Amino acid sequence: MKIPSWLQFNPGRRFVIGVPYVWLLLFFVLPFLILLRISVTDMGSGVDPFAPLIESVSGSWHVLLRYGNYVSIFHDAGQGAASGWGNTIYMEAYKTSLKYALLTTASCLVIGYPFAYFIARSRPSIRPALLMLVMLPFWTSFLLRVYAWKGILADQGVLNNLLMALGIIDEPVVMLYTNVSMLVGMTYVYCPFMILPLYANLVKMDFRLLEAAHDLGASAWKAFWLVTVPLSKSGIIAGSMLVFIPSVGEFVIPSLLGGAENIMIGRVVWDEMFSSNNWPRAAALSVVMILLILVPLAFYYRANSDRGDGRER
Amino acid sequence: MKTLWRFAENQIGRLWLGVVYLFLYIPLFFLIVFSFNSTRQDGVFTGFSLRWYEALLADSRLVEGFFLSLKVALITGTLSVVLGSFAAFVLVRYLRFTGRTLFYGMVNAPLVMPEVIIGLSLLLLMVAVQRTVGWPDRGFITIVTGHTLLGMAYATVVIQSRLSEMDRSLEEAAMDLGCRPMQVFFLVTLPNIAPALVSAWLLTFTLSFDDVVISEFLSGPGVTTLPQVIFSYARRGVNPSIYAAATILIAVVSLGIITYSISVMRRQKRLDREISAAARPEQSFPDPARAR
Amino acid sequence: MNLPASPGDGYLRTDQLVKRFDGVAAVDDVSLSIQKGEIFALLGSSGCGKSTLLRMLAGFEKPTSGSVILDGVDIASFPPYERPINMMFQSYALFPHLNIWDNIAFGLKREGMPKAEIEARVQEMLKLVQLEAFAKRKPHQLSGGQQQRVALARSLAKKPQLLLLDEPLGALDKKLRERTQFELVNILESVGVTCVMVTHDQEEAMAMASRIAVMSHGRVLQVGTPKEIYEHPNCRFVADFIGNVNLMEGELTLDEADRCEVTTGHGVVHVGHGISGTRGMSVAIAVRPEKIHISKTRPDVTVNLFNGKVREIAYFGSYNTFIVDMTGEGGHSRTIKITETNTTRHESSVITWDDPVFFWWDDAAPVVLTQ
Repeated sequence: MKIPSWLQFNPGRRFVIGVPYVWLLLFFVLPFLILLRISVTDMGSGVDPFAPLIESVSGSWHVLLRYGNYVSIFHDAGQGAASGWGNTIYMEAYKTSLKYALLTTASCLVIGYPFAYFIARSRPSIRPALLMLVMLPFWTSFLLRVYAWKGILADQGVLNNLLMALGIIDEPVVMLYTNVSMLVGMTYVYCPFMILPLYANLVKMDFRLLEAAHDLGASAWKAFWLVTVPLSKSGIIAGSMLVFIPSVGEFVIPSLLGGAENIMIGRVVWDEMFSSNNWPRAAALSVVMILLILVPLAFYYRANSDRGDGRER
Repeated sequence: MKTLWRFAENQIGRLWLGVVYLFLYIPLFFLIVFSFNSTRQDGVFTGFSLRWYEALLADSRLVEGFFLSLKVALITGTLSVVLGSFAAFVLVRYLRFTGRTLFYGMVNAPLVMPEVIIGLSLLLLMVAVQRTVGWPDRGFITIVTGHTLLGMAYATVVIQSRLSEMDRSLEEAAMDLGCRPMQVFFLVTLPNIAPALVSAWLLTFTLSFDDVVISEFLSGPGVTTLPQVIFSYARRGVNPSIYAAATILIAVVSLGIITYSISVMRRQKRLDREISAAARPEQSFPDPARAR
Repeated sequence: MNLPASPGDGYLRTDQLVKRFDGVAAVDDVSLSIQKGEIFALLGSSGCGKSTLLRMLAGFEKPTSGSVILDGVDIASFPPYERPINMMFQSYALFPHLNIWDNIAFGLKREGMPKAEIEARVQEMLKLVQLEAFAKRKPHQLSGGQQQRVALARSLAKKPQLLLLDEPLGALDKKLRERTQFELVNILESVGVTCVMVTHDQEEAMAMASRIAVMSHGRVLQVGTPKEIYEHPNCRFVADFIGNVNLMEGELTLDEADRCEVTTGHGVVHVGHGISGTRGMSVAIAVRPEKIHISKTRPDVTVNLFNGKVREIAYFGSYNTFIVDMTGEGGHSRTIKITETNTTRHESSVITWDDPVFFWWDDAAPVVLTQ
């Protein structure tokens, strides 16, 4: 759509662009810059992290960048068996986070794709109701729903009691604070984020293409893999990124449902921040986290490309 | 063969949908049922009681947290919609300006960024500002700022989708008939995107009301939102008054969504009826001579 | 090739109007002169620049250079809301959140008209398009044809000096279009407003407009009444764009005051007027299919007589179309399209496929095209 040229250098236009732009620069970009800056200071030396980075020493300017935080992420300076490069608790946390983010994405995809597919294929008259039923839990507090899983999966909780009452098990199975409980919680919370982009994509698909495939001799199963899935590629990528990227830094669910052996990086940053009060290290950990998700972020942006009018591809 | 597959698809579909819906709703049922439990135990329903509702109302922390969250969410919602409208307008209407790619990236990023990163970086900003200017103290304002950053991203997505669907010639027609640009916006554009503004507001309100991480990073002494209170209870153990709070919330939300959905469906039906009634056999232009 | 603007006259004039997008000229040096009260059509296929030209008249595009002069005032720099011009949009653009009455009154309220006057004017407009009973309805409650009437009423409500119509019949189906054409013209003429309309449909332009400008690639190729354009096209493009035509390339071999001859690869064509050209220049002969006679028996005609073989026949009820293969010197063949109206219902001498036939035309029929 062309904009009338006389509207182009209108001061109103500058205002409309300016307000959100400035807001975002101030509260999104600037904080990141500060984050970077703080990450190269050092708490331990007693220097105030907010002190100027550049100082003048006998006439010449020096830039004080301390990489100590970054080093400590990757190198354990202690005396234990696990000292040296690699295998720090931080790297464990990153690995765990990536692992669970991947697992969550995979399980959301496995559960969510057929779900979205079946809703897209259902009668148009009941689709709004089905969608409403998906959205309803989303509008109730996610914290409360995760909290509920605590009660359900507890040793004395509903699930265990039910299984024992049915005679399937004799003793309570430890389900809470395990890998399983965390995965269940993460999948549960992030499922709608996978389902909705998938549904948006699938519902626009022309199902006559599938019929054409059948016509040409493909079995239904093959047609699904050769036609439906490739066409929904951008939906799959968008949904996966919407699940994967936030999962990496997820904090609440691991805190409530996770155990001691699967500490995720979100929790580590939190602890460094509020327990150890080591702001620079927390900052450095965040920067590394951002670097980790840069590639998935790029995927996300490509799948939702800016078509020039704000619409997505 | 095709019909057989269609039949199988229908059955598998129904099963799959049913199981997943069950999975989605189990925690909700649990919360509702056990909010009426007469004892503290999670595993067994020992009897019907309203004690947890009484405990809820008596818990000052929860009640204060509720009102604070309400205030924060109200302001966040409004601010997010205003900023989101600007951003949506920019993205849909101003196709070329320097820095558009950066703008697009910035607007969309909070949607996917882990909240820990957003919270931490904003906190550092606030502290830096406070040290230089002496203001603001961490509390209400900082929380609202953090929530708005997140809310704006969601609001932009919702509003931009509606805006890009709107028929541009409506605005041109308004200008053609004598409206200046500001009037066009208020008299034509705004009424047309109003539904999107409402959903954006509701969405950001809910997001803000529900937020834990950003609130934790940005709150200060004496300023605790409801989710923060619930979170601290949750880490310490079971507290069924939370279940009571949850049940009330579920009831309110369900009622809201169901009434909204029904009214939308009714309005759509009425619209369809009116449109098909209007498509009667066409009459062409009348003879002006007859009109005199 | 553009026509110079008639000096001075012309209620609406464009002077060397140009609009470039990214260096490409969508409208390339257009100068038009439109009389007060006439219905003027801009005709061309998509991409020819007609819509851009219309939008410049409305004010939605700013010209790169050139001027637009309405009743003596150069309005090229005025924004749309300051021009005494109104437009009827192709999609009607009725405000969905307002009812019909408010839609029509919209422009009147913007100019601060007193309430009583607005009342009277809206009533007048509703009566003009005979939609008084629908005043309180919303646009979605009306049919397509009714919506169009509202759009027309709304665009006439402010009694503009110029009315712009963007593909006015484009959204209607064929049957309705035919009926609406004449009735729309009736209303416009009864109101007496000067109109510029844009269309890609030549039948629409021919039926509704008093003069037509044929456009291609941003330039105006010919301006004239429907008859002038049809009978006397000034170039191959216009000849081909309007209606059907047979074009034959050739060389001017004889040129006198009252006649000329063009030698084509299929014979010599005799034309009943001179063209003041130079001998040997290459020209094209344009003959409309309905002006060609066809018969199986040799007619009593000496010039402009050719023969060929019938390749295709199509029967359209009121007329036949013959596609005839015409052999020429050196073995060149080409096809000629001939239409013949079915004025009689006899069966004798019916022409069928593969019949050898004679065809001929009057020396007044061909048009010699130098461009």
